[in-house]
Amino acid sequence: MNYSQQTINELKRKAIQVRSNILEMIPPGKVGHLGGSSSIADVMAALYFHTMKVNGNDPKNPLRDRLIMSKGHAVLVQYACLVELGYFPREELSKVKTFNGMLQGHPDMDRTPGIEAVTGSLGQGLSVSLGLALGLRLDHSSSRVYTILGDGELAEGQVWEAVMAAPDFKVNNLTAIVDWNGVQATSTTKEIFPIENLEEKWKAFGWNVLVIDGHDMVQILDALDRAKTYTEGPSVILAHTVKGKCFPFAEGKAKYHNASMTEEEYQTAWSCIEKMKREVEA
Amino acid sequence: MRTSDSLRKTYGETLVELGKDNKDIVMLEADLGNSTMSSLFGNAYPERYFQMGIAEQNMASVAAGLALAGKVPFINSFAVFATGRAYDQIRSSVAIANLNVKICGSSAGLSDYGDGKTHQSIDDIALMQVLPHMTVLSPCDAVESEMMTKAMVNEKGPMYLRINRNDLKIVTDPQAEYHIGKMTEMVQGNDVVVFATGIMVQQSMEAAKLLEKENISVRVVNVSTIKPLDVEALQMYCEGVKAVVTAEEHSVIGGLGSAICSALSQKRLPIGIVGIEDTFGTSAENYSILLKHFGLEAEDVAKKVRSVLSVR
Repeated sequence: MNYSQQTINELKRKAIQVRSNILEMIPPGKVGHLGGSSSIADVMAALYFHTMKVNGNDPKNPLRDRLIMSKGHAVLVQYACLVELGYFPREELSKVKTFNGMLQGHPDMDRTPGIEAVTGSLGQGLSVSLGLALGLRLDHSSSRVYTILGDGELAEGQVWEAVMAAPDFKVNNLTAIVDWNGVQATSTTKEIFPIENLEEKWKAFGWNVLVIDGHDMVQILDALDRAKTYTEGPSVILAHTVKGKCFPFAEGKAKYHNASMTEEEYQTAWSCIEKMKREVEA
Repeated sequence: MRTSDSLRKTYGETLVELGKDNKDIVMLEADLGNSTMSSLFGNAYPERYFQMGIAEQNMASVAAGLALAGKVPFINSFAVFATGRAYDQIRSSVAIANLNVKICGSSAGLSDYGDGKTHQSIDDIALMQVLPHMTVLSPCDAVESEMMTKAMVNEKGPMYLRINRNDLKIVTDPQAEYHIGKMTEMVQGNDVVVFATGIMVQQSMEAAKLLEKENISVRVVNVSTIKPLDVEALQMYCEGVKAVVTAEEHSVIGGLGSAICSALSQKRLPIGIVGIEDTFGTSAENYSILLKHFGLEAEDVAKKVRSVLSVR
């Protein structure tokens, strides 16, 4: 499909803003999931600011699309999107993971407007999404359900129970997205628990599989649109990404899965943001 | 309308009846539908019946999603699998989120006598009652099974229903009003109070009769809501008695006995617990053999009453 340069640039700006919001939440000394939040930031920007029907002023609107962060530890990127849409005040960003804040360490639907389920215990989000998709279908709703999975998370057996089940029920209002960054909590997925032939695996279970560069906005939008128009069953987007994307000191490193940055790294990160802003305007 | 003394058949039939008007009720099954009797709902409303295959973890989280979409999902399996196999899914997807998911643990306790220890649940009450937000229900007969199933649909929040596989003698008054949390005095008495649940209600009522002959007056109370426990009613039924006995077809650890001991910890009353002594079940050719072997007969309750009365 064709997307105007204006749309693409606007979404690139949004993705930069999302990453800058992530930085705002984890100043030096504060631990946070930088790596897995920034790897999926471009996809999240496309979802929240282009593809999904959502309204920050009406978070419970029954017609909204739903996003379930199955890799709940990367919720910082979701907060970074939700705040831009006005789901909660900007001051909350600095209070993330504090006793009086609205933003918990993992997604909490009771505390945070815009969070659709409780996740954090890995492997459950796709099943929850399937249930949501089935429920919406019973109501003849046009709403869609999006699920973000980590590639390390795919080691959880329950993910494959849901992968098996969803095509059986022919849910075409469900899109799963795998943040295929190749790095998990303590090392690469190759070293910890390699899951080969990912594309073939999902295909074999009956999914419509789309493999993309998860940092290429055109490819992201195109895949999301293709998933939307596929009517035979669920779609999965396997998004090749880079853990810690846009922050060179963190790129591809397990260390920044959940870490705090040094003062120097933090300054570098901000200069990366500034550089990206200049590039997108140029 | 109840057609038999089967708790599970009554459960299934009640949901078919309720499902006629309430289109939000949906059922999920993990291939044990002819035992749990969820199949009755599946035959009546196939579009609202989700056969999930033998995948209880997925089933529990899918139910959470259905609840998020405003449905009233019932998940069905044997009690061991419904609670134990899907424990973290119930904890994380359902209980933390306080979702309106109803869990039916069928063939609970030793009631699936032939299948042995892997299929007999001695720990399901413990697993469910420790979860914040969770309601734990344990009917003593088919009348209660019907009343509870209706109440589960009418009241919001995660709930666990523990159902015996075998037909049980009707001891509940079908005309009596029911609400979740209700405790019912089944036999009046004033020396010892026995708080019983499930099949142990009828066993305790029989024990009261045995003890009457020995001039021991026993009050029997059916505690069919194990959580939330009506502590006020519990204390009221303890008024004037010399000792307390609890009775359940479950491990003596973490079940009704544990809950009552905590609730009455400030009372200076001896308490005896009748239950399965920290061990797994076993296969047998009938249910009675197991009730006898694990000390869950009327005489075992009577023995415990005599023993707590001798405590000074």
